[in-house]
Amino acid sequence: MSDTAVAFTKSEMMIVAAARELAGQRVCFVGVGLPNIAVNLAKRTVAPEMELVYEAGVFGARPARLPLSIGDPTIVTGATAVTSMFELFTFYLQGGLIDVGFLGAAQIDRFGNINTTVIGDYDDPTTRLPGSGGACEIAINARQVFVIMRQSRRSFVDSIDFRTSPGNLGGAVNAAQIRREQGWLGRGPSVVVTDLGIYHFDDDGEMRLDSLHPGATLDEARATIGWDLRLAPSVETTPPPTADELALIRDELDPGGAYTT
Amino acid sequence: MSGSKVASMADAIRDVVRDGDTVAIEGFTHLISFAAGHEIIRQGRRDLTLARLTPDLIYDQMVAAGVARKLVFSWLGNPGVGGLNAIRRRIERAAVAESGQPALELEEYSHHGMVGRYTAGAANLPFYPLRSYFETDLPKANPLIRQVASPYGDGVVYAVPPLRPDVTIVHAQRASAAGDTQVWGLLGCQKEAAFAADRVIVVVEELVSDEVIRADPNRTIIPGLIVDAVVVEPWGAHPSYVQGAYDRDNRFYLDWDPISRDEAATQAWLAEWVLGVSGRGEYMEKLGADRMASLRPSAAAPSGSVDYGEYR
Repeated sequence: MSDTAVAFTKSEMMIVAAARELAGQRVCFVGVGLPNIAVNLAKRTVAPEMELVYEAGVFGARPARLPLSIGDPTIVTGATAVTSMFELFTFYLQGGLIDVGFLGAAQIDRFGNINTTVIGDYDDPTTRLPGSGGACEIAINARQVFVIMRQSRRSFVDSIDFRTSPGNLGGAVNAAQIRREQGWLGRGPSVVVTDLGIYHFDDDGEMRLDSLHPGATLDEARATIGWDLRLAPSVETTPPPTADELALIRDELDPGGAYTT
Repeated sequence: MSGSKVASMADAIRDVVRDGDTVAIEGFTHLISFAAGHEIIRQGRRDLTLARLTPDLIYDQMVAAGVARKLVFSWLGNPGVGGLNAIRRRIERAAVAESGQPALELEEYSHHGMVGRYTAGAANLPFYPLRSYFETDLPKANPLIRQVASPYGDGVVYAVPPLRPDVTIVHAQRASAAGDTQVWGLLGCQKEAAFAADRVIVVVEELVSDEVIRADPNRTIIPGLIVDAVVVEPWGAHPSYVQGAYDRDNRFYLDWDPISRDEAATQAWLAEWVLGVSGRGEYMEKLGADRMASLRPSAAAPSGSVDYGEYR
């Protein structure tokens, strides 16, 4: 296959793998940053019928270019509906219409709990991060959550500094009970895609490596995770990006390389 | 119809915004009134509490200029680019210690929480209930986020308090002299923030007749009834954008990152582009016709028109 000859970056592999995970999904809430390019790639490849929802107040967006921000005018022109943010968060998200919330993260733990607020102490932080935005309510109300982020010891940590968006809390059994009692609509995180591999969550609610990207090694994955990594019984190799996927990213979605370098 | 509320930006800010006020310059990416923020800086307002879902570059600039004491927000970043560096210097331990300036006071929510706060403020309610914040650290960081039980015995939700800004400032495509304001494109929570506020300034690309407003009443988001001043300031949202008029100046959002990382460069930028100009007209002249032309939409995309019918 000639496709395998095409060189690609780790970021490109991550974006392609994340996009492929969206096959078959109907309504996706698009987060800022890497989720934005992954979802827009999916819309052009594996999920052409998928409805893109932006927290800025757009349902059924058809962006003609990749928006740098998630409030870009291109998400408005040609969309199915523009709503107030009140309607978006109440009727669409809290009302249960979102199948997948696609988030980025600064820190994540083994149960998929996410920190996007601070590194260090909240009142006296080492690094101030953006905060929740809509992520906290997306994590609770979207039917499932996908995460895309680069792997490092600083980001995949045993204990996150601040819980901005809840995942599987302290484990699957505990999380399922709390979700039921508190009436959450979501079942929590289902996939984490990184620059090294693809992780799903096992019966304990813990992240498990299912697939390594071509060129990535198990040692590398372990070295960039702050806990004892669980593996699928048979860890697969992610199929490399096709020439078509790479062309879409390079020529159409991110010609300036903002997301991929 | 009431009389004209049209005022210059300088007069509107002088008459409406006071030291110590809670000010909300709203607009989600779209329609952010940079022109009003810059005029507030030029007039040297102090001790403001600045409320916005996304403080964006405008509050980074206002904080750098020293007008603010406190920030009320839900997402603190430069979208798609990185952090708000001037604000971070007033929050992060090492930078605060180095600068000797007091740390910025923070009151932090989520987007839904902030939208709900304006909604409760506008609707004269004691709180707004939402299904968010469960099992997160946000209620610990902000004790105003509180759990409440349903009075009907079916579970718990979280509550956030009403937000009633002293002043809300919104940018819009058009308004009449009386302040009846029409917007298309992203609506954000400008309607809620305006109705929640004690005083409202509307900044528009275009002043239109009452007939234009009345020909399309579905598009009116803010009635002149609650508006104190109408400022006509074309390009007043740059580097934010106005749907159908000009694009977001993404290059400026990228350029702001290195400028704002350096305190001296930030102050030099403010001196040149805010304090060094008399107002938006001079700012746009300085920006230049080529840059403005590059931000025009690539083609027109007019809506179809609808028929409201006449009923006598």
